[in-house]
Amino acid sequence: MKSLAHSIEMHGMTDAGMVRGHNEDAISFDAARGMAILADGMGGYNAGEVASGIATTLLAQGIAAALEVVPPHVPEAMSGKPAAHRILRLEIEKANLAIFQTAQSQPQCAGMGTTLVAALFYDNRVTVAHVGDSRLYRMRDGEFKSLTRDHSLLQEQLDNGLITEEEARRSQNKNLVTRAVGIDPQLDPELNDFDVKSGDIYLLCSDGLNDMIDDPDIALVLSTLPNNLPLAAEQLVQMANDNGGRDNVSVILIRINRSFAAERSLRSRLFGWLAR
Amino acid sequence: MAKLILSLDGTVLREYTLEKNAVSIGRKPNNDLQIDNLAVSGNHARVDVIGSDVFLEDLDSTNGTLVNGQTVKRQMLQNGDMIEMGKYKLKYVSEGTKPGLPDDFDKTMVIKPGALKPTAPAGTSPLTAHTEQMPIPVARPAPAPAPQAAAAEAAAPAAGEVRPGAIKVLSGGNAGKTLDLVKNLTSLGKPGVQVAIITKRPTGYFITHVEGPSHPLVNGREIGVHAELLADKAVIELAGVKMEFFYK
Repeated sequence: MKSLAHSIEMHGMTDAGMVRGHNEDAISFDAARGMAILADGMGGYNAGEVASGIATTLLAQGIAAALEVVPPHVPEAMSGKPAAHRILRLEIEKANLAIFQTAQSQPQCAGMGTTLVAALFYDNRVTVAHVGDSRLYRMRDGEFKSLTRDHSLLQEQLDNGLITEEEARRSQNKNLVTRAVGIDPQLDPELNDFDVKSGDIYLLCSDGLNDMIDDPDIALVLSTLPNNLPLAAEQLVQMANDNGGRDNVSVILIRINRSFAAERSLRSRLFGWLAR
Repeated sequence: MAKLILSLDGTVLREYTLEKNAVSIGRKPNNDLQIDNLAVSGNHARVDVIGSDVFLEDLDSTNGTLVNGQTVKRQMLQNGDMIEMGKYKLKYVSEGTKPGLPDDFDKTMVIKPGALKPTAPAGTSPLTAHTEQMPIPVARPAPAPAPQAAAAEAAAPAAGEVRPGAIKVLSGGNAGKTLDLVKNLTSLGKPGVQVAIITKRPTGYFITHVEGPSHPLVNGREIGVHAELLADKAVIELAGVKMEFFYK
């Protein structure tokens, strides 16, 4: 497949924070393949980092291998959805099973799991898969917003009107997620598609960032340093740590430098035209 | 475990520990916490315990429920909140979510989706949370990746607000103007020529080079790739303009 490295720039950083002894977050990204993966592990004494490590490693390998076989934009015959959906779903299911089985067979890994947010960029769009409370944000034309909705108790309470935004900020229940990778043999990751524009900046982060820094401050960093992703990532991690750094903090920043429409063969364009 | 302390005219009548997920309060005897007074409705209010959060909901009582003097319908309670029903007062006391833990910022746990109905604290049946072993607090080396300016980094986190600082322009067309550094991040310079940021941190104000072939000068010396702490009255030279940083 064609490298996207000339269209997409990525930079990531992960840090244990100021309180925790070790880092249970894991990140993986590859601009050439348009792929970014972030996981926030949990459970056991050190097993959280095992779970997040398995998730990012298996997913990165699995997606890379699948992209060699089929381009992500090609619609699937059965579902009509781009192949990216099947690839993400399948690879997340595989990682889920690998973590679940490891947790079952290794006593020191019992009960481990991980949140996950993965983004796959192709054909001027992005498919975002997420499980748990790791997030993907987008900065576009000065508007900063989260494109993922947490799978968490707080988000459920917000959706049901049982709690206000203000109460959610004060809640003691920030640590309760309703979905995680590796907890059950079955997993339903949430997948969503978004169009991508030149100039967009995307942020994948663990809750160690958005629990420690308010959204306007995150937006301030991205709008001030759009052309220096490494420095922006450093600033975000530093601000989380300056505010207490009570959790591991991880970020992956992605800037879209130019359009990256998929190259379509004459045949597929003809079929696409006929199918209209 | 959180509790409610019932009092009348300053005399404590009883303490009620919130062990159930839903606690009813009212005049009728079927309530978990009965207050036998005509100013209190039969079924006056309910307290929901959801994980580590506690909510108070008024059940359309005749005389209403106050929290810290304000009429409420439903509200999340905070330690020390004073609830009033008629002449009776209920003080809400939360004794930390899980006493004995090194910090109150619990590690992430999984619960079943839809476990929204008031759930028991972690560990009991409706919550399928795994018991989490807490990390032994380990002194952690200074955060490696953050741009560091010597020992200033080691200062206690979140140590409150830093003193207000500002920039005064000394040369060029804007000479004499001052800029208050109110934001956590302020960008200075000319995009495409030379840009630096000043970050407001608990330990002071730091300047960091962002773009341009040369780095800004601080007191005549070119700064490196890392953030540098700005001393009071430091003179910054950036994109051909001199300016002074000072604490207000």
